[in-house]
Amino acid sequence: MTHNRRLFLVSSLAFLCGRDAVSQTDTARLQARNADGNSQRITVASKPFGESYLLAEMFAQLLESRGFRVERRPGLGATEIAFEALRNGSIDVYPEYTGTGLVAILHDSPPDSVTADARAVFNHVVRRFADAYDVHWLPPLGFQNTYAIAVTRETARKYGLRTLTDLARESSRLTAGFTPDFIGRNDGLVGLSRVYGLHPRAVRPLAPAIKYQALVSGAVDVIDGYSTDGLLARYNLMTLTDDRHFFPPYEAAALTSRRLIRDFPAAVGTLTLLSDRLDEQTMRRLNQRIEVGREDVARVARDELTDLGLLGAATVAPRVAGSNADGLWRYLINRRSSIFSLALRHLLLVALALLAAVVVAVPLGLVLERARGAAEPIIGALGVLQTIPSIALLAFMIPLLGVGVIPALVALWLYALYPIARATYSGVRNADPEAVAAAEALGTTAAQRLLWVRLPLAAPIIMAGIRTAAVITVGAATLAAFIGAGGLGEPIVAGLALADTRMILSGALPAALLALAVDGALALVERLVAPAHQRRFFRRREAIGEARPA
Amino acid sequence: MPSALAARNVTHRFGDVVALDGVSVDVPPGTATALVGESGSGKTTLLRCFNRLIDPERGEILVGDKDVRAQDPIALRRSMGYVQQHGGLLPHWRVLRNVALVPILQERSDARVAAREALKLVGLPVAQFGARFPHELSGGQRQRVALARSIAATPGVILLDEPFGALDAISRAELQEVLSELRRRVAVTTLLVTHDLAEAGRLADQVVVMKKGKVEQRGPLRDLVHSPATQYVAHLIDRARTGLEALLA
Repeated sequence: MTHNRRLFLVSSLAFLCGRDAVSQTDTARLQARNADGNSQRITVASKPFGESYLLAEMFAQLLESRGFRVERRPGLGATEIAFEALRNGSIDVYPEYTGTGLVAILHDSPPDSVTADARAVFNHVVRRFADAYDVHWLPPLGFQNTYAIAVTRETARKYGLRTLTDLARESSRLTAGFTPDFIGRNDGLVGLSRVYGLHPRAVRPLAPAIKYQALVSGAVDVIDGYSTDGLLARYNLMTLTDDRHFFPPYEAAALTSRRLIRDFPAAVGTLTLLSDRLDEQTMRRLNQRIEVGREDVARVARDELTDLGLLGAATVAPRVAGSNADGLWRYLINRRSSIFSLALRHLLLVALALLAAVVVAVPLGLVLERARGAAEPIIGALGVLQTIPSIALLAFMIPLLGVGVIPALVALWLYALYPIARATYSGVRNADPEAVAAAEALGTTAAQRLLWVRLPLAAPIIMAGIRTAAVITVGAATLAAFIGAGGLGEPIVAGLALADTRMILSGALPAALLALAVDGALALVERLVAPAHQRRFFRRREAIGEARPA
Repeated sequence: MPSALAARNVTHRFGDVVALDGVSVDVPPGTATALVGESGSGKTTLLRCFNRLIDPERGEILVGDKDVRAQDPIALRRSMGYVQQHGGLLPHWRVLRNVALVPILQERSDARVAAREALKLVGLPVAQFGARFPHELSGGQRQRVALARSIAATPGVILLDEPFGALDAISRAELQEVLSELRRRVAVTTLLVTHDLAEAGRLADQVVVMKKGKVEQRGPLRDLVHSPATQYVAHLIDRARTGLEALLA
């Protein structure tokens, strides 16, 4: 490997990991941070939905206003991914809800006397999280965001619905549109059926982004929302009362790592400035600005912190001229520099994962040609990896490697191995059998047949495998955003969470273009490595000087 | 220097199938012997024993009076020419480099010179054909190149496995002529596998008829025609004659 190429590799890794000290081992990280004190960054994360983005952004701006250096990791997968990242120290704080902690993380079912009372639930999760995980809840922010079973005013009037008991009574005549998450959860439809006897005529699984439109358009009669969703107010929906207190309290609070508690007491103090300052009405208004008004999360967070008197006047930046009404084209142009840097990061992720896969899978394919008995089991095992959904594979990586670039690279690398190893093995195995047989009969060694005959003849097939892997990797890398590796998945994840089509497209369109560009670039490489007799564009007969008559 | 070839009581099986059953053959140095028989008679298996593509279960294979099992297979193969039915030229190498393969393997500095000589011997002008790729040649030209490749390193022995079997009648006659001419100019022990008795008679001093892994008869073609040792040999000769008469009628 040349010096330049090594330099490229090192510097690309440095670029990717620059903001990524979090992927180191716990001990090394703690030592480094203890030595450096406050000059180290605090990593603030969120889950992938609007309110979580907003609260995380408020945490981040508040910390920055007090001089802390903040690293943002918005939109981490879902509860399991965000919590695992917090537990292993990859992130320091993210907004969580006590009911989610109780049901989805602890899998606890404490007595009704506890679940009925928000304070009791909070005290319960504080104690259990500290004991079990050394992870710590800060005092609640002041609002609950519980499940809100919602219907239109018209449906409520027609069926006389006010409570969940009313809903259960009429449920056999109603079609429900619930998020898949809610359908499967004990604190969701499963429990509702048990406690209220709720059995809708049909249950349609709906993505969060479309369930409100489905309800308003009449495609479904009842949906699960969150009580602070801005869209509840926008569509003037009716939230049914949980008259049997089925849902546990979902008080929002900052959930923090042990590192934050031990090393950054001042930051903990700063975050508690938000305790009890946000009520439900406020949150609904703020969520509406984001979900309905399509306003920038950072601006809404800044406005609210300013209103609460938590930001000095000096930190208030002038408002960006209204971008929420822009068309897609203007939107993309306004964000071109951020899209460009996301695309660059995306490309580097893909390039490094692909390079590592080529370095491993091509030699593997060649070795397997010499050990054919092992070929199918080994390549088959790589194929099985391919069937693991990317998001699941990424989630498996977190306990081993934390969140960020390294686990994303490992996951992408694993995905890229199969097409390359398969193509290499098939290519060299099936290379012109007559030529291989003649070369053997004339006294070539096995290594010479591999390097002089099989490999050059297989080159186009191997390149086809690499191209397949490259296009797959460009696509899979968008999911890397779920574990905080950045790239073009970031606006896609955020856009899905905020139901913002322009934002989704600002990631998806460049990703598609990138896939085409990468495939095109590799097509050129394919021509360069084609065996001599197949090169249409590089044929130079005159280059064979000794072919001329003497 | 041409070397003698000999098989002594050679037996080999593929699984349950007996391919060679106590076969003995002698090829004196510089002469040509043809192994004739139908598919499955064991002729190709016997041929492949001489360059150790197959190591027989029992019996001895001698090249230049030395047992091949005492010789390194790679070095042995480089010392013997080899042509197969579909030439097996490397498709991504130009003609001259293909012909130079064995000299290149022997790390000879004059590999290209040797290749040019060999091309001359098979009647292909280097200037016209040296820089072509195999797919730019006719079938007959490809077999000529394969023939040139087999003699470029001036081996003492060439092994030919149905070398002209895939060619049309005209190219086939031409190639037979090329091989005869080649053998007049270069002294080389030749072992030829063919299913065509006429070709065997034209090219070889000695014909060995094989059937089901055994030798039916051996000798000059004239002897076989005058006194076929078995019904099978007589039948083969009859068939060859009928073919020829049908051609002349």
